[in-house]
Amino acid sequence: MEEVLFFLSAIGALGGAIGVIAMRNPFYSVLALIVHLFSLAALFLLLTSAFVAAAQVVVYAGAVMVLYVFVVAYVGGGGESAWEPIPGQRFLAPLLGIALFIELAVAVLSSSLLALGTDGPDVEAGFGDPAAIGRLLLEKFLLPFEASSILLLLAAIGAIVLASNRRPGAGDTPDEPSPNREEGVSPAPGVHA
Amino acid sequence: MNTEWFIVLSALLFATGAIGILLRRSPMVILLCLELMLNAGNLALVAFSRMVGNGQGQVFAVIVMVIAACEVVVGLGLIVAIFRRRLPLNVDDLRELRG
Repeated sequence: MEEVLFFLSAIGALGGAIGVIAMRNPFYSVLALIVHLFSLAALFLLLTSAFVAAAQVVVYAGAVMVLYVFVVAYVGGGGESAWEPIPGQRFLAPLLGIALFIELAVAVLSSSLLALGTDGPDVEAGFGDPAAIGRLLLEKFLLPFEASSILLLLAAIGAIVLASNRRPGAGDTPDEPSPNREEGVSPAPGVHA
Repeated sequence: MNTEWFIVLSALLFATGAIGILLRRSPMVILLCLELMLNAGNLALVAFSRMVGNGQGQVFAVIVMVIAACEVVVGLGLIVAIFRRRLPLNVDDLRELRG
């Protein structure tokens, strides 16, 4: 039963990942990533980590993907040009990826981790549930927890600054003197709005 | 299930994300491929956490999710800013900052 679930989720995760890189339209790539994230949440549940699985579905497949869908709808799809700055990039990239996979697999599987071939120890019923993770976050990892919350705040402020509605062109950055200001001409109304 | 299977799957997903980053030109799809690579790392962290029988790896995975959310927010903000300035949304055309 566990094997069946693992292979089903693994096929879903891998198919979603290949869908992300193979789809021409970015909107379909986002949908493939949602399939990938749900399969990954099932894999997390197989690894008895309920909280990470729930966070994956709620935060990633819920919130972050909605943000992606909004931006794709705003910016629009648009085809990619066939021009390649590096000749043969289309064939070299998969080769490099396969080499990376082989290297990673060899590095991990030939390591001297004795428990790698086992299912892991039997864990008690509360392993990986929200209570255990919350206790770890607030007792042992309080500093990383607070640091990540500050990082989230900074990212939100950064996104507002980056995507704020300023006119492209003259006078959009305060540090850079605009041609209007140098000539002593007052900027057009609405520039600093 | 053996931990090996999860680790090999994680390596496969990571390599897929890397291929996507090398192949695609649209910054949005490149961000999606970055998500793939971060999620592959998350899978390895959770698998090792289960292998050791210790919940600390899962806390690490949650923090990685926070980092990924920050990266998405800043990256999508950049894409919207690029789009507003009517610059091409293609990483090969946006190469002025290259050394």
